[in-house]
Amino acid sequence: MNDMSGGNYMTADGRQIGNTLMEMKNITLRFGGVVAISDISFDIHEGEIRAIIGPNGAGKSSMLNVISGFYHPQEGEVWFRGERRPTMKPYQVAAQGIARTFQNIALFNGMSVLDNVMTGRLTHMNAGLFSQALWRGKAEREEVENRETVEKIIDFLEIQAIRKTPVGRLPYGLKKRVELARALAAEPKLLLLDEPMAGMNVEEKEDMSRFILDVNDEFGTTIALIEHDMGVVMDLSDRVVVMDYGRKIGDGTPDEVRNNQEVIDAYLGVSHD
Amino acid sequence: MIWEDNLAPLSTATADMQTIPQLLERNVALYGGKAAYREKEFGIWQSWTWAETAKEIDALALGLLNLGVNEGDHIAIIGRNRPYMYWAMVAAQKCGAVPVPLYQDAVAEEIAYVLDHCGARFVIAQDQEQVDKVVEVQDKLTGLEHMIYLDPRGVRKYDHSKLTRYQTLQEQGLAAKAQLQPELDARLARQGSDTTCVMLYTSGTTGRPKGVVLSNRNVVETSKNSSEFDHLRPGDEILAYLPMAWVGDFIFSIGQAYWTGFCVNCPESPDTMHSDLREIGPTYYFAPPRVFETQLTNVMIRMEDAGRFKQWLFHHFMAHAKKVGPDLLDGKSVGFGDKLKYKLGDLLVFGPLKNTLGFSRVRVGYTAGEAIGPEIFDFYRSLGINLKQLYGQTEACVFITQQPDGEVRSDTVGVASPGVELKIAGNGEVFYRSPGVFVEYFKNAESTADTKDKEGWVATGDAGFIEDGSGHLRIIDRAKDVGKMADGALFAPKYVENKLKFFPNILEAVVFGNERDRCAAFINIDLTAVGNWAERNNIAYSSYQELAGHPQVLATIQAHVEEVNVSVAQDPMLAGCQIHRFLVLHKQLDADDGELTRTLKVRRRIIEEKYADLINALYDGSDHVSTETEVTYEDGRKGSIKAVLELRDAKVVSAVKMAAE
Repeated sequence: MNDMSGGNYMTADGRQIGNTLMEMKNITLRFGGVVAISDISFDIHEGEIRAIIGPNGAGKSSMLNVISGFYHPQEGEVWFRGERRPTMKPYQVAAQGIARTFQNIALFNGMSVLDNVMTGRLTHMNAGLFSQALWRGKAEREEVENRETVEKIIDFLEIQAIRKTPVGRLPYGLKKRVELARALAAEPKLLLLDEPMAGMNVEEKEDMSRFILDVNDEFGTTIALIEHDMGVVMDLSDRVVVMDYGRKIGDGTPDEVRNNQEVIDAYLGVSHD
Repeated sequence: MIWEDNLAPLSTATADMQTIPQLLERNVALYGGKAAYREKEFGIWQSWTWAETAKEIDALALGLLNLGVNEGDHIAIIGRNRPYMYWAMVAAQKCGAVPVPLYQDAVAEEIAYVLDHCGARFVIAQDQEQVDKVVEVQDKLTGLEHMIYLDPRGVRKYDHSKLTRYQTLQEQGLAAKAQLQPELDARLARQGSDTTCVMLYTSGTTGRPKGVVLSNRNVVETSKNSSEFDHLRPGDEILAYLPMAWVGDFIFSIGQAYWTGFCVNCPESPDTMHSDLREIGPTYYFAPPRVFETQLTNVMIRMEDAGRFKQWLFHHFMAHAKKVGPDLLDGKSVGFGDKLKYKLGDLLVFGPLKNTLGFSRVRVGYTAGEAIGPEIFDFYRSLGINLKQLYGQTEACVFITQQPDGEVRSDTVGVASPGVELKIAGNGEVFYRSPGVFVEYFKNAESTADTKDKEGWVATGDAGFIEDGSGHLRIIDRAKDVGKMADGALFAPKYVENKLKFFPNILEAVVFGNERDRCAAFINIDLTAVGNWAERNNIAYSSYQELAGHPQVLATIQAHVEEVNVSVAQDPMLAGCQIHRFLVLHKQLDADDGELTRTLKVRRRIIEEKYADLINALYDGSDHVSTETEVTYEDGRKGSIKAVLELRDAKVVSAVKMAAE
């Protein structure tokens, strides 16, 4: 355990990290006889960037799916904002304030960027079917409000030029950014990013890193991310969880993790001196 | 016509207008409720009336006073075209300070030079990127005291001891209004025609940039003359998208806008410029030839992807438009049948095309800076767009010559603008004298004396002549670039380069041959056009370099070069400038590498030095040459690229033979 485990501290670059936002307690997830996650516990503090790393098949994406409510662990408890979370459907989790992006982009290809991002506002729309159909009263008011939020995000992520472009026509790097925009549109408390830099070139990675840091900085969004690029993970995150074969083998600041012998052996490779 | 009513007060109320802040006050009185600025933000056009603009500017001016701005201070302004940045310029003027707009894409070193040269005490930066650049060099700048930033994104956590947000500065100014207003009024009262209006750094095709000092007389007089020349009026719309540090943008978006009272529209981001152009539909529009070229290239590329019927429709009506369009625009008589067919073409092709390009409402369009290919020029004119040419420079507040409506040709730059006198020196260099002639180069009396003589005549550095009959000025080339071939024939590289650049596949060309027996050329391919061609022909390439070296690309370029040779040979005076050998460069010439100016003009001397090995190879007859070139990335880091380039011979035509035919 490191001295930051309790939360409530200031990072080196002056960001305030708050109390525990989410806590995973002794999570075990099995698919038939296969143990994907075995007895893992960790927490996520408000305002921090938390990375989950590990070799292929370590169970990182499964862990993210547990957080997002897509998988239900056989054992263990998920605590969110100080309350134990009962078994929920993903949409209920989303309504609680958890949004995510996907490893393989999951956007609506035929719809424009704007419409895709607007779908992220779904959890903030309450107008009834009748009102929506006529687009009168509450439905119209809501649309205007939601559009304003969406436009701010479009401005923030600098995708004004493709606002009306169908997503299917965009290059990969931009699609990733649109997906981030959609997740941000939900104004989440916790943002889950599943390999946000996968398949990107150096320049795109730099842009994406900048955006992730800016999101955290400007909106104070707590971010949990899975990423393969070690340089990116070590530069971006405040704390890192390392997984291997479904077990947690390390947890701490990037420096601590980097110097953890078990992590070096399992993931970064055995050193040759 | 609602504007007719306003025209009378305009001329009477402006007789004693001497400065930009005075014009602002007048505009508030005359057009207070009309839009002065618009900017697209969050997907919606936000607008500010003249009255609101004046309030914003006042608040900022008070804020600057509060910060300790003195009369005569220089305030550097760095950022893209946003209303706030224009207000910053006028606010600086109100305080009696001199605004110095800088190129937003300049690297930190270039910014450091200018900030140091003008001794700027304050910098107004648009966003984090610009703030970072100044922070990077601020240790070297002893004069710099405080920075103001507009967009707080990413800057919030910076040390704010020498940093203030734009809006905060305005609030501070308003809070201290009671005690500062008398001082502001006193400073305004002291300003007149001779007060410095702005200082603009010329991009400088050679050497360090020079600070051109323009007085309010220069700017206001020139704006008045040029606005009247083109009958600009309140209610006109322009799109401000060219660099704020460039004199043209200053004259169009501040000088003429304040004189006439028209509305300045700012795009949402540089990438959205084209869709914003369409939405605004400006009535007064300026673009350098390169922009028109790019647009035409894009149109042609998209037409090649269109269906067969659409292609036929386009080519059929464009051919007709080329025949009668320019005449219709000049008000010459055209047969009834031709007129009818043009109308039909307008309905089916030209109208929708103009709408797509954003030119539906253009009443006055200008291009300048470089010669424009006649075919490009004619294309736009035949669509019915009143595109004209002007000739100008920073030292003249832009306008030296302009083409009057109805006297437009692609090979001249027009007649002397109102108030401008022209003369041609013995060596062909063009000189002018006008109310717009600059005061001086800042802290550079020597250059001032070299450029401007005691009687106020300014050397343009361009060679040209005034055409008999029409009185139009024709520019051949830069005076120092016009040279002689070894056999004494005239060498005018730009003349040939412009012909080459008309081909959509060629982005840039540099022709060599001064004091040599034959001409040779460097060619830059246009990645958009050639890339599209490669895609359609299933030619795979992984980089610019690979595409540029592809044998089929070389063959295409060779055909272009040979076609240009035929065309050059038709002018006996310039027939010696035909290109004997050429190569396609492995990298794009770039302002970051110093090969182009920030306004994208070729810097010959630098290219000659940097690529000396390639030029030698062009003249020593070798087939291939291997080379290594240093490149500068956008973030200022340096790298290098290696390449083996193929050199090719091009067929030349004998001028005598052509004449005999």
